[in-house]
Order: sequence, then C-alpha cells, then structure tokens
Amino acid sequence: MKKFSITLMALLLVAALGGCAGGKSSEDKSSASASTVETQGNGTTQDQTPAVDPKYGGKVVVGVQQDIDSLDPHKATAAGTKEILFNIFEGLLKVNENGSLICAVASDYSVSEDGLTYTFTLRDNVKFHNGKNVTAEDVKYSLERASGLLDGTVLVSSLQTLKSVDIVDEHTVQVTTGSANLELIYSFTTAIIPAGSGEAEGSNPIGTGPFSFVSYKPQEGLVVKKNPDYWQEGLPYLDEVNFKVVSGADAALLELKGHSIDLYSYLTDSQAAELANDYQIIAAPSDALQALFLNNKVAPFDNVKVRQAVCYAMDRDLANEFVTGGDGTIISAAMLPTLKDYYVDLNDVYGTGANVEKAKQLLAEAGYPNGVEFSVIVPSNYEAHVQTAEVLADQMKAAGINMSIELVDWNTWLEDVYRQGRAYQASICAITCDMTPSYLMVRFQTGHKKNFINFASSAYDEAYKKAEASMDLQEKAKYYKEAQKIFVDEAGTAFIQDPPITIALNKNLSGYKFYPIYVQDMSTVYYNNK
Amino acid sequence: MKKFGAWFQKQNMYLLVGLLMTGLAVVLGILSFFWTPYGTTTMSVAERFHAPSLRHLFGTDNFGRDIFSRVMQGIGTTVIVSSLIVLISASAGILIGAVTGYFGGILDEVIMRITDAVNAFPSILLALVVISILGSGKQNVVLSLGIVFTPSYVRIVRSEFIRLRDSDFVCRARLMGVSKLRILFIHILPNIWSVFWVSVTIGFNNAILAESGMSYLGIGVQPPDASLGKMLSDAQGYLGRAPWYALAPGLTIVWIVLGFSLLSEGVRRKEEKKK
Amino acid sequence: MKYLVKKIVTLIMTLFLVSVLAFLAFQIIPGDVVTSILGTEATPEREEALRKELGLDQPPVVRYVRWAGNVLKGDFGESYRYSKNMNQMMPVAELIGDKLPVTLLLAALSMLIIIVIAIPLGVFWARSKSKILDVSLNMGTQTAMAIPSFFLGVLVTYLFGFVLKWFAPGSYVSFRDDLWGCIRYLIFPAISVAIPKIAMTARFLRNSMLTERSSDYVRTAFSKGASERRVSYVHVLRNAMMPVVTFLGMIIAEIVAGSIVVEQVFSLPGIGKLLISSISTRDFPVVEILILYITFVVIFVYFLVDILYRVIDPRISSK
Repeated sequence: MKKFSITLMALLLVAALGGCAGGKSSEDKSSASASTVETQGNGTTQDQTPAVDPKYGGKVVVGVQQDIDSLDPHKATAAGTKEILFNIFEGLLKVNENGSLICAVASDYSVSEDGLTYTFTLRDNVKFHNGKNVTAEDVKYSLERASGLLDGTVLVSSLQTLKSVDIVDEHTVQVTTGSANLELIYSFTTAIIPAGSGEAEGSNPIGTGPFSFVSYKPQEGLVVKKNPDYWQEGLPYLDEVNFKVVSGADAALLELKGHSIDLYSYLTDSQAAELANDYQIIAAPSDALQALFLNNKVAPFDNVKVRQAVCYAMDRDLANEFVTGGDGTIISAAMLPTLKDYYVDLNDVYGTGANVEKAKQLLAEAGYPNGVEFSVIVPSNYEAHVQTAEVLADQMKAAGINMSIELVDWNTWLEDVYRQGRAYQASICAITCDMTPSYLMVRFQTGHKKNFINFASSAYDEAYKKAEASMDLQEKAKYYKEAQKIFVDEAGTAFIQDPPITIALNKNLSGYKFYPIYVQDMSTVYYNNK
Repeated sequence: MKKFGAWFQKQNMYLLVGLLMTGLAVVLGILSFFWTPYGTTTMSVAERFHAPSLRHLFGTDNFGRDIFSRVMQGIGTTVIVSSLIVLISASAGILIGAVTGYFGGILDEVIMRITDAVNAFPSILLALVVISILGSGKQNVVLSLGIVFTPSYVRIVRSEFIRLRDSDFVCRARLMGVSKLRILFIHILPNIWSVFWVSVTIGFNNAILAESGMSYLGIGVQPPDASLGKMLSDAQGYLGRAPWYALAPGLTIVWIVLGFSLLSEGVRRKEEKKK
Repeated sequence: MKYLVKKIVTLIMTLFLVSVLAFLAFQIIPGDVVTSILGTEATPEREEALRKELGLDQPPVVRYVRWAGNVLKGDFGESYRYSKNMNQMMPVAELIGDKLPVTLLLAALSMLIIIVIAIPLGVFWARSKSKILDVSLNMGTQTAMAIPSFFLGVLVTYLFGFVLKWFAPGSYVSFRDDLWGCIRYLIFPAISVAIPKIAMTARFLRNSMLTERSSDYVRTAFSKGASERRVSYVHVLRNAMMPVVTFLGMIIAEIVAGSIVVEQVFSLPGIGKLLISSISTRDFPVVEILILYITFVVIFVYFLVDILYRVIDPRISSK
C-alpha cells in the first residue's frame, strides 16, 4: 500500500546528474487539486468509503503516542513531534504519500551538473500564518539556521554540508554545498520559518503549512486551526485538529471506545479487532523493521552458529499470526520490501517457520548441546515487541533456546542497548526507516556509531561501500543486494517482520492518506456526511 | 435472622472465612509450582479468547493460554514475593526500630529523618532506582519493596520501644546489669509482638498490592512468568472482547487481600475475647 | 512554641534529605536526558551543546548546589522536556501550576463523596443493632478496601463507561474550557478514589463512636434520661468526629499528593501523571520539584493534624 517509490530514487539521480528536470516532474504532482486527491494515491488513501463530496469544516481529535519535544521545527527530533509539525510547517519541498518529493514553498528547482549548487524558485504568494508573504530572506534565514551557518550550531545534521545560501533575486535562492550527495535533496524538506523568528517571535510557531498553531499544553496536546491562505487550493477541509497526547495503548483504547478520539495509529492487532465495529480499521506496512537484535560481541552470540541457530529456531510466521494478525511482512535483512529496487527476498535462507532440528544441530556444533540461555531486553512501552518476545520465548524452547525477557522503560533501553553500554545480549525492537536504502544499511558497517549489534564483516563493509559510491542505479542495487546476502548468511541479527501499522478512523471521515514516512497529514481528511 | 447473626459472631466466622480464603489461595499457589491444568506459557492460535468454560475455568487470553493456570502461577509468585517482602522489611524494621527507640539520641534523629524521607518519597521512583541498579526480576522486586516498607515497621517498633524502655521491668533488668542486646531482644521484644503482628498482616496486604501494582506498571515480575498485576494490565486492552481476562486476576487479588484482612480481623477478635 | 520550631526544623531537614535522595536517584537510574530530548539521530555536537546548555557538563555536587540555591531563591528552573514556545522551555512552576488544579479538583470531589457517604454510613452502622447488618457492612467495607486502585479504575471505567455509558472514557475537558463538563467527568475517577476511603472512614467513625458510647459521660447522659437519638447525634457524634476529621486530613494529603494510578487510568493531566511521565523522560527539574511538593504536602498535613490533636486534647504533651 504505502510505496517507497522508485520515483524518489529516480528523481534523486536525475536531479543530481541532469539538472532541472526533477523539479518539473515533481511539479506535476504538487498541482494535484482537491478533486483528484481521492483517486491520485491509488491505494495509498483509505479506500473503504466510496468517493463522497468532501465537506468543509469540522473538528477532529487525533490521538498521538508521545508528547511534543519541541515546537521548533528545526530542533524537534522525536518522530512523534515531526508527525504533528508536518501540518504546520513546510520546506521548499515536501514528501507526498507516494514517497516522492513535491514542491511546496519552492515552485521549481534545479541542480548543477557537479551536484554542488541547488537553485530554488519560490512559489508566488505563499503566506506564513501571520499573513506575510514568504520571501527569499526567510528561506535564507531558515536554511542558515538549520544548517548551522547562522550561529555554528547544526540543527539539522543532514544539512551540515551546506556552504552558503545566497539570494539571487526576490524569488530565487541558490544553495551551495561542500560535497555532492545524491540524498541531499531530501533535506530541503526542512521547515521554512519567518526570518528572525527563532529569536524574536517564538511564542507562536509560524509556518506555511495547511494548519496554523493555536495552543499547546504539555501532556495534553496541540491544537491547530485551518490556514485559510494555504497555497494548495481547496485544502485543508477541517477547521480544527486537536493532537491529543494519550498516555498509552490501553488508555488509547479506552478513549477510542468512548469516542473521544477520531483517529489513532499504531494499534495492536487485537485492539483493532476490539474496535472493528465502531471504526474504520486500515492497515498498511509500517516501514519499520522489527528484529530480535543479537549482540555479536557478547556470548553466546559471538558465535555465528548460535546466531544462525536462533534464526532457524524462530517461528516468524507464528509471531506474525499472534501479534499482528498475519498482516506483517516477514523479512530477513535490513531492507524494506517496499524499496523494490534494492530488496532481495532472503526468507528462504532460514525459512519463516521453526526449524528445530537444524537449530539444535547448529547449537551442538557451537558447543551448546544442552541449549543456550540468554536474556532479551524489550522496551516496555511497545506492546507489540513485548508480545513478540513472549511468543518467541515460548516457541524457541523446543529448540533448546531459553530466552528470558527483561522489560525496561524506553530511556533505559536507549542507554543499555543503543548508546555506550551495549552490554546486552539480545533485544527486540524495530528500526524505523528513512526514505533511503543507505539509512538502514549504513549502520551495520564494522565500527559504525549506530552499529549497536556490533556486527563485523569486512565483506559486508566492502559491498556497502561500493553500493554507496556507485552513481548507477543498477550497480548500486546489485551491491546493496550483495551486502544483504552477506548479512543474512552471517546471521548478523534475526530479523522478524515489517509490522503493519493499524489505524482506527472515525467512520465519518474520509481522505486519510498513508505516508511512507512517519507523518499524519490532516490536510486531506474530511467529513463525508451530514 | 438475628439468631444467625449471633451464631455467626460466636463462631468467629472472620477467622474461619479468612482462613478458608487465604488457605485456598495459598494451596493453589503452592500447587502451581508442581502442577497446573495447562502449561502457563503454552500458546495456541486456535484457543485464543475462549470464554470461561469447564475446559478453561477462567477462559483463555490473547495467546490462547489458560488463564486459570496463569492465575495459579500468579498467586504462587505473589504469595512468595510478598512473604519475602514482609520478612525483609519487618526484620529490618525490628532491628532499626529497636536500636533507635531504645537508645534515642542523635542516631535516632538521623535515622528518623531518613525514614521520613524514604516514607515521603514516591515509592515508584524508589522502586525504579533499586530496580535499575540491580536489574529487574523477582528478587529485586522483593528487595526494593522490602526497602520501601521498612520505615512503616521502624515507626511502630520504635514507638513501642520508647514506651517500654522506661518501664519497671526494663529498669530492673538494667540495674541487674543485663547486657543491652539481651534487654532489647529478650526482654522488650516479646512484649511488642501483639502490636507487631497486626502490622505484619496489614503489611502483608500492602506488599501484595504493591507487588501487583509494580507488575501492573511493568517494572515488577517479568513475562512470560505470570503475575496478577501484569495480567491485569495486559488484559485492559481486551476489556470489551474478553472481560474475563481482566476480571480473573483482578478478583483474585481482591480475594487474597480480603482473605488476609478477614484473617487479621479474626485474630484480633480472638485476642480481644481472651482478654 | 519550642515544639513548633522543632517541627519546622524537622520539616526542612526532611525536605532537604528528600531533595538529595531524588538528586542521587537521577544520578543512578540509567537513561540520558540529552538522548531523551534529541533522539538517537542527533549529531554529537548538538548533544554536546545541549549538555552544556543544561549545565550537565558540571560535576554533580556543583549542579546540586546550584539547583538548591535557585530553589531557595524561588526559582524552580525550567523543564528539560516541555517547551513553552519555540525558544523557551516551560518553567517548572508554571507547568505544575497548570496541572495542580486538576488534582485539587479531583481531591475536592473525592472528599465530597467520601464525606457525604461515609459519615451517614458510619453513624448508621454504629447505631444499628442488627448483627446481620453489622456483618454485611463489615464484609462490604473489607471488600471495598481490598480492591487495588488500578483494578478499581478499570472496573469503574468498564461499568460506567462501557456498560452503562454514563461517561466516555478519556473525554476529559479542561476546567478552563468547560468547568461543568470537567466536573462531570471527574466524578468517575473521584468515585474510584473514594470507594476504599469511604470504607475506611466509615469503619473508623463507627469504631470511634462505639468507643465514645461506652465512655462515662454517655452513660451519665443516658441515666439523666436523654433520648437515644439525642445522645447519638449531640454527644457521641460530636466527640467521635474529632479523630475522624484528622483521619480525613490524612486522606486529603494522600489525594493532593497525586493519585498516580487513577490519573493514569482516566487520562487526567494532573500531578500524578506528570510525575510518571517526567520520570520516564528523565525530566529532572520537574521530578525534583514534584517530589518536594508531594513530601511537603504529606508532612505538612500530618503536622497540622498533630497540632489539631494538641488543641483538642491538651493531655498530649510535647515529648
């Protein structure tokens, strides 16, 4: 359903190598008007309800899992905040539901042949929520602030290669970067804010998005109202959206049952079943990779045979059935199936069910004829991971693998597993994904900062480096696939599935779109009756 | 009707009912270490969310596990864990309370301020600290709650020792040159048992509630081991679909706590009658 | 007077100890506030800058002294986690001031329910001569006291929310927007808070009344020919209420200090919920002040109760 589109990668390549054509192709998409929104996504929008005439007005309450970490779009880092701020702020470019880049504050752009200079043409009459037009000055300020050119603090790390932002004329801004990078264009989704706002008028976050800020209360949530001057004609439909912080999955379920929330994502399968009569339930891949992460440096997982034994012993079909109602997509390597060009199906290597004999044999070969014992750390706030752990712990006993579960809170997990410590044995969690294949693969290079499983394989490093350096799509894909194969053969970690994301939506609402990134786009949602 | 009431009162039904309720719970809990009708972690896709029936007395949960078996195991865990908590906090309470109460002075002042502070400190944060130093698991729940409950015993023991330290028999013993240790634990201690036992039964209930509360918040007993509190929090998500899943562990906690309350009321009445 | 000074000194000492304990706790529990704020994808330079901005690069002792100095000056600091707007973090005092009314309102409602039900119940119980009634009330109150708060919250939600549909779980509205709607919602969490306390208070009142009844002055009153009714309400109740009032005071302290579980179950943005979420996000300035607040309320109310006892009953000497 949610497609990471090939369009994006193609676009990136064209943009970097060929110049302004990219800007043009994205312009086509951005002109999508209100009447075509329903059909355009072909499968990416909810499709239960037949097309109805969109109705304007109304309020919607969206339940969100985490509180907002910052109202400053450049400083916000939590995915849960970005998903909300998507409605208030826009960059020169923005991502659409297909994962393609479309023009937002910019109306066109081009990239020089050496990939070092980006030229953006600003759209006419894009207004900030304070009524002022967006000027080249504002764009310069926003990019300089985010990239650290303004005061030395880099706020958006992917922009740190920027060298200068220059105003060519009122409508044109030129950005130069220190090194050519295929994936830099994606960073121009960074929010455009009024010049000087970081210092002076911060009391009220002002952007150019479909909704403008009304109020924010810690722990309660954020309220936005319709931006009547929004540049996309006919959008948004709703008058007001309240992003309400819900304290946990259980509380969310209660609130849904009490109909005090209209929209909530990230339901577990059984919660969704509980709500099936009262809500529209929509499922799509979440584009996150869930795995039983094995610490390659710590016994018993310093032995490749033990890692392989776990891969064989794991009944991923069962976990999928129990936890996600069979809606998940089984995966084996660090690549999303939706990244079709780069993905290679390696599920046959260990099989998706349990292979007890093979697991036992490998354990015996590894010197553990009586089985192994280890502890798995699971962040307690993620119900799906906890449930997966329970299923696997029970099911792997048959193969002599005894897994004890340790639940910790999220910050403890970060400290023990992700950051310095890394003394854990195993952990069940998911990596959320970016739009680029490298985002997932880069971290498993030997000694990489984010390589929290301590995977070390020179063959993998080599294949990855070749993939990264390649400027040819096919060659790039070939090396990425090779790296995945190496990773799976080495059983770097036991990947489980791309779990589905399950959303409950008020039956009277239509127009909801899934994105391949973590956002809640409320601009196309509307009430379909009364 | 009146006759029945009188008969009821005479029989000390509180003691009887309390004994029956706690007895049943303890027997089930201990039995669970050797036998349960079904495996406590055995899952089955086909048996998910079965309502209570003869096959599954309390029904099955979201993994198709038999809830009755898990409740049995949960009782076992709860009973063992709470007994240990009471043992630790009560012994520590006696030790600290006896010394501070009897000797008084600056040591008393310092320890009282610390117990005040521990008492006023949110127990969840305190438990979190202990758990994060030692890691989670049953033994650490015992230890952290043991610490949390110590001050309440210190208070009671200390005030009793203050009351008794100047009494005649203690003064006489002191004049006779009895060692301080002997005065503390042989002379005074036996005299505070009656007060102490009441606080132990209350403490038992508090320990059960705290343990299930911690497990409910996810920092207590770890899955897949069954614990009543964790079961209840898991079940909350299925209230509409499988209310029995929440009711079984919830009512079991009520059953055990009520059993102990009645037991202590019965004991109290018996003591009163004796007097 | 000497007693008062001594009590105040102990109060301050306890507060100091609690603040040190909380500070130490934050040194010990794993989890780094900088990661908590910035997430896992931030650049090391930004992490370093933030660490410096929050003063976390200083040694713990320096940080504690600086923090304590500020608190003494009345500056409670700013939250690490919640921003007020784009360039300022939320002052802790403002944050707590924002959440406190919810908790206070809940406490007031719970108290109202407790008093309205528990006192008549206790009097009725003490006056009733029926054994069977006595036994059933005893069993009933014992049962009410045996229900853990988290289970009670779930039961109330299930019964009133799903089965009877008297309220929509999670539909809390701020008292600023709709005071009446807010109170209507708060009644249900208040019931969850009140049920075990009603049982406790009723039992306490009954026992207190029975004790009073057997005292000399009551027997004198009866012998003078006063009616049962008059004795019960005028003599016994008035005297029996005194310890009950102090008991209620302790209950108030408990609720005002934040009903963590009930606020969690009913999604009330109060003090208890703020404490839990601030612990989990490692928002040290908020947690520290909240703990001081809770300690203060508990100790202060106990202190008032103590004084009240002294005023009522001069026989209690200051030991």
